[in-house]
Amino acid sequence: MKEVICECGHHNPHGTVLCESCGKVLIEKDKDKKLLDMRYEGSARRSQTYNKTIIDKIWNFFSSVKVGVWLIVITLIASALGTIFPQEMYIPPVMPASEYYEDQYGWLGQLYYTLGFHNLYSSWWYLLLIASIGISIIIASLDRGIPLYRSLKTQRVTRHEGFLKRQRLFSVSEAGSEDQTFESVKEKLKAKRYRIREEDGNILAEKGRFSRWGPYVNHVGLIIFLIGGMLRFVPGMYVDEILWVREGETKVIPETDGQYYLENHEFILETYDKENSKEEFAAAIDDKGMVAKNFQSDVTLYKTKGETVHGETPQLEKVRDDSIRVNHPLKFEDLALYQVDYKLDELNQMTFALSNKETNEEYGDLTIDLYDPKDTYDLGNGYQVEIVSYFPDFEFDENSEPITKSRIPNNPAFVFKMFTPDKPEGEVSFVAIQQTIEPFTDNEYKMSFKAVETKDVTALTVRKDLTLWVLALGGFIFMIGVAQGSYWNHRRIWLRKVDGEVWMAGHTNKNWHGLKRDIASVIDGTDLNEPADQLDKKE
Amino acid sequence: MKKKRLVIRTVILLLLGAAVAYTLYANFSSDDIRKVAINEKAPDFVLTDMEGNKHQLSDYEGQGVFLNFWGTWCKPCEKEMPYMNNQYKQFKEQGVQVLAVNINESDFAVNKFTSRYNLDFPIVIDKGEVMEAYGIGPLPTTFLVDKDGIVIKRLESGMTEAMIKGYMEEIKP
Repeated sequence: MKEVICECGHHNPHGTVLCESCGKVLIEKDKDKKLLDMRYEGSARRSQTYNKTIIDKIWNFFSSVKVGVWLIVITLIASALGTIFPQEMYIPPVMPASEYYEDQYGWLGQLYYTLGFHNLYSSWWYLLLIASIGISIIIASLDRGIPLYRSLKTQRVTRHEGFLKRQRLFSVSEAGSEDQTFESVKEKLKAKRYRIREEDGNILAEKGRFSRWGPYVNHVGLIIFLIGGMLRFVPGMYVDEILWVREGETKVIPETDGQYYLENHEFILETYDKENSKEEFAAAIDDKGMVAKNFQSDVTLYKTKGETVHGETPQLEKVRDDSIRVNHPLKFEDLALYQVDYKLDELNQMTFALSNKETNEEYGDLTIDLYDPKDTYDLGNGYQVEIVSYFPDFEFDENSEPITKSRIPNNPAFVFKMFTPDKPEGEVSFVAIQQTIEPFTDNEYKMSFKAVETKDVTALTVRKDLTLWVLALGGFIFMIGVAQGSYWNHRRIWLRKVDGEVWMAGHTNKNWHGLKRDIASVIDGTDLNEPADQLDKKE
Repeated sequence: MKKKRLVIRTVILLLLGAAVAYTLYANFSSDDIRKVAINEKAPDFVLTDMEGNKHQLSDYEGQGVFLNFWGTWCKPCEKEMPYMNNQYKQFKEQGVQVLAVNINESDFAVNKFTSRYNLDFPIVIDKGEVMEAYGIGPLPTTFLVDKDGIVIKRLESGMTEAMIKGYMEEIKP
């Protein structure tokens, strides 16, 4: 591709609008314009100028700001769609997702599920959208940042007349005692912290150029942030799992490779007490019935000693006791355990008495561990109870057969066989909560419910996030970029002697009022005319 | 100049493409599947069966192991257990071992189930640690382990008897 050689002798890349060096307008159709478009210094940033290979086509697609904006808009719409119904990971585990959405939300829910919106944020197309935004940011920044840097670095002090008179702030003054005038202007500009460059008696005063890099610093921050998001998928960087531990139970902590165990001693739920609260809170307690004050799990952390094969009973060494409360996690190595949920009064043991139906005479108690029932319970004196079947989470299936829905004793039911001295072949009784069925005969004996022992279960989130510092760094750099671009302005003032006249022009990337005030104060007391705002003139 | 531009652009696009491809790949090979990688060594474990015998996976090297995770309340598990038992009888002599790992149930429940279906292969109960090491999600989940202790397949659904037969053929030493 041809380079464009300006009359000042500078070689510009193809597609340059304004000469990088002297600022002369190089594109014919722009020569009629009253004012210049100063974005990106008129540099050849639009690589649409090259459109030869497939690589160039892909590059130009992502370089386009228009494409970038559309990608963001589409991503925003998609993100919003994902919040209409809950995502799959948040639905209660009562039924499969394929049924849940239709059951809860009707045909809309069915559609939502069919379109895959129930797993929207980890769907391939959503990830591709986010990735495209990242690519667009990188390529668009490279395509604009580098030429802008080049232009600002190469810019000459003596700018072309056509460049100066097409600036928004421009004035022509009669030359008189210009040397003296220039000296005084220079002094004042220096006092305002402008950097002054001189060439053939012409002046370029510039300040705050670094604010032009703000958007690019900002984009670097965004890219680091996206990389942080990407790191979550790298094994070992991010863990988010849930651990249910019953009181008295010791369980392996997930994602520790069997290295750590946790014992739950007690789960505590405290509520605010009306008597001990201030009057104004008492009303709220009355209103709500119960206001939680504290959720706490008293636990012990253990580490396994020596090498153990999975499944082998490990040798545990106590690390420490701790109380996990909301926002007070138990931290060890890179992991943290947070209090996240609980279940009160889960059934643990049930006690029955074998008794005579007529006389209610009792022949002994038996206590069944619902997690480890025994085959038979001998009550002595020839009285014995056998468990024929046990359904921890009992319901009747479609054939009216008793089945269990899970291994958790949410609704235990038993088939007992009761042996007594006068009924040596035994009587069968089906016992569920609030329900007794005698399938064969009218029994003489029954199992009467005596007591139940419950335990609380705590749920802890096992969390590890090694990507946080990357996200924080990205966010910090992002903010530096924002500040850099917003709180500083890039201001330039040109003074050039043209045929016995002094031409003065000013440009800033924002805050024109500030630039006008700067100019007004530096030319105060000289015979230079204050530059007029050519944007006002047009109207 | 033109060539340099093309090279730079190609390199940048390839780098970005690789990053995106990796992210997508990592996202879809979920955590659990990564725990037990296909074509890699199966994590070793040792569990005790209902007769009190210890079964260590590494002791079965030289034989194919049909490793099945199950629960008594799981309907498809219940359905495939008798099929597994039939095929176990066929393939036992040919060097295929069946290990059925029950997920944290009581001895009572497992014993009742075993005697109801007359199961011959060893059944072991895991308190949750092996399940965690293998990243078990839905039940039943079956791993096919070959004679070198390498995981060949991970199967996450109920199986017909013909399927079980085919899988046992695959791991026959």
